[in-house]
Amino acid sequence: MHLILFLVFAGLCLAGAINLLLQSHPINSALSLIVVMTSLAVLYLLLGAEFLAAAQVIVYGGAIMVLFTFVVMLLNAGREERTLGSRAARAIGFPAVVAILAVIATVILHAQGLGVARLSDGITSTDELSAVLFTKLLLPFEVTSVLILIAILGAVALASHSGSKAEERTGEE
Amino acid sequence: MTILWFILWSVLKVAVVTVVMLLGIAYTVLLERKLVGRIQNRWGPTRVGPYGLLQPLVDGAKSFLKEDIIPSGVYQSLYILAPIIALGCSLILIGVVPFGDPSVELHDFAQYCGPWIASFVPRGLHLFQISDVNVGLLVILGVTSIGVYGIALAGWSSNNKYSLLGALRSSAQLVSYELALGLSLVGVVLRAGTLNLRLIVEQQGTNGILSWNIFGGMQFVAFFIYLMAAFAETNRSPFDLPEAESELTGGYHTEYSSMKFAMFFMAEYGNMINVGCVATLLFLGGWTNPFGNFFGTSHNIFVLALFPLFWFVLKVFSFLFLYVWVRGTQPRFRYDQLMNFGWRWLMPLAMLNIVATSLWLAYR
Repeated sequence: MHLILFLVFAGLCLAGAINLLLQSHPINSALSLIVVMTSLAVLYLLLGAEFLAAAQVIVYGGAIMVLFTFVVMLLNAGREERTLGSRAARAIGFPAVVAILAVIATVILHAQGLGVARLSDGITSTDELSAVLFTKLLLPFEVTSVLILIAILGAVALASHSGSKAEERTGEE
Repeated sequence: MTILWFILWSVLKVAVVTVVMLLGIAYTVLLERKLVGRIQNRWGPTRVGPYGLLQPLVDGAKSFLKEDIIPSGVYQSLYILAPIIALGCSLILIGVVPFGDPSVELHDFAQYCGPWIASFVPRGLHLFQISDVNVGLLVILGVTSIGVYGIALAGWSSNNKYSLLGALRSSAQLVSYELALGLSLVGVVLRAGTLNLRLIVEQQGTNGILSWNIFGGMQFVAFFIYLMAAFAETNRSPFDLPEAESELTGGYHTEYSSMKFAMFFMAEYGNMINVGCVATLLFLGGWTNPFGNFFGTSHNIFVLALFPLFWFVLKVFSFLFLYVWVRGTQPRFRYDQLMNFGWRWLMPLAMLNIVATSLWLAYR
């Protein structure tokens, strides 16, 4: 049962990712990315990470991708023109991807103490997750929140800066 | 054998609940037409059936028989996909909602009919909840956040400026108020210590109305925030800017006709019911009895099964009544007022509620 579900959603995930690259219209690519995100959520669920799956749908599927589609709609982006790409990219691209994947795979396979999760393992409850998150991993958690705060401040600074410039420009006219 | 029973039982439950939900949607439309009619000193629909009770069926037949127009210049695949996403998301949510006492099993009824029948029915087939998910509350939030795409894609793919403006307004509104909505639920989760909807309700069932989260749990501020955010999330008056007729003709569904329009319509009323269900579960004690043990408890299986269902439906109905009442009496917000209200009032208030609830829980 787990294996069937894994094959279905892993296939869906890969199909979405390939479709994302092949589509020429940005909105189709954005929607394919949503398919990828939600099928990843199902894969997390199969590994017993319930909270992570729900958070994946809410944060990536809901919030971030809404902003993506929002931007596509607001900019009214049209169909991209298909170019064949540079010859160098085609010559080096595929070997580079293979090399990077090989490096990542060896690092993960040789890493010690990662632990193992099987498809049919029990579900990790939100209680256990929060207990680890707020005791053992408290420092990284708080540092991440500071990082996000800096990003928000940066966005506000950029927005207010360009806003005042636009006002000056209208004032000059 | 058991897995076969489980699958058959789940399919049956899904089918029955979906049909009931669709009927509920149809009759919520009638409720709204009747009530708004009375508020405006007229009768509402009266001609079809006694008191106009068959009106929703005729409405449905009419939207089926209308010509299905797909305007030229629309982005066809997304134009067709959008109403499906909207209606699908609004029908899925009931799957995690416990709408009666979930501890009642099919086996109990079989036992009532006779031990011979009971020997065929395995235990564990619960009647009043389709699936008991540990992170039920997050599932609800997740599906709601996916529901935005229905409206956004409809507006964009219609190739119409009014539709696009309606969709942009709607997405901005949903994204803004979803924050306040999510934060308002944190107080309840802090009190309950779980995200499982069944457990959240069971904790409110001990002393009747006094242990409901809105009264005994001191979550009335959270309930107020949830109420406001829920009105905005479902695009209902006074937050119905995405389809403001005087400004945008019809908003995101301007270019839709026939059954596709009806699907958006049904999605809106389905979302109203969902929001009512969530409010009932989180703040109003779910299926539990408002009198607690005041009148004693019964051991009759039919009383145990049907009374919780009755209380749940009654609570959701009161919520829907409130919805229509507000629609009949409140004028529409302006767009800047809407955004100011969401970001400058509701969100800080929700944060304060979280801080206050945590302090109360820590030092009581």
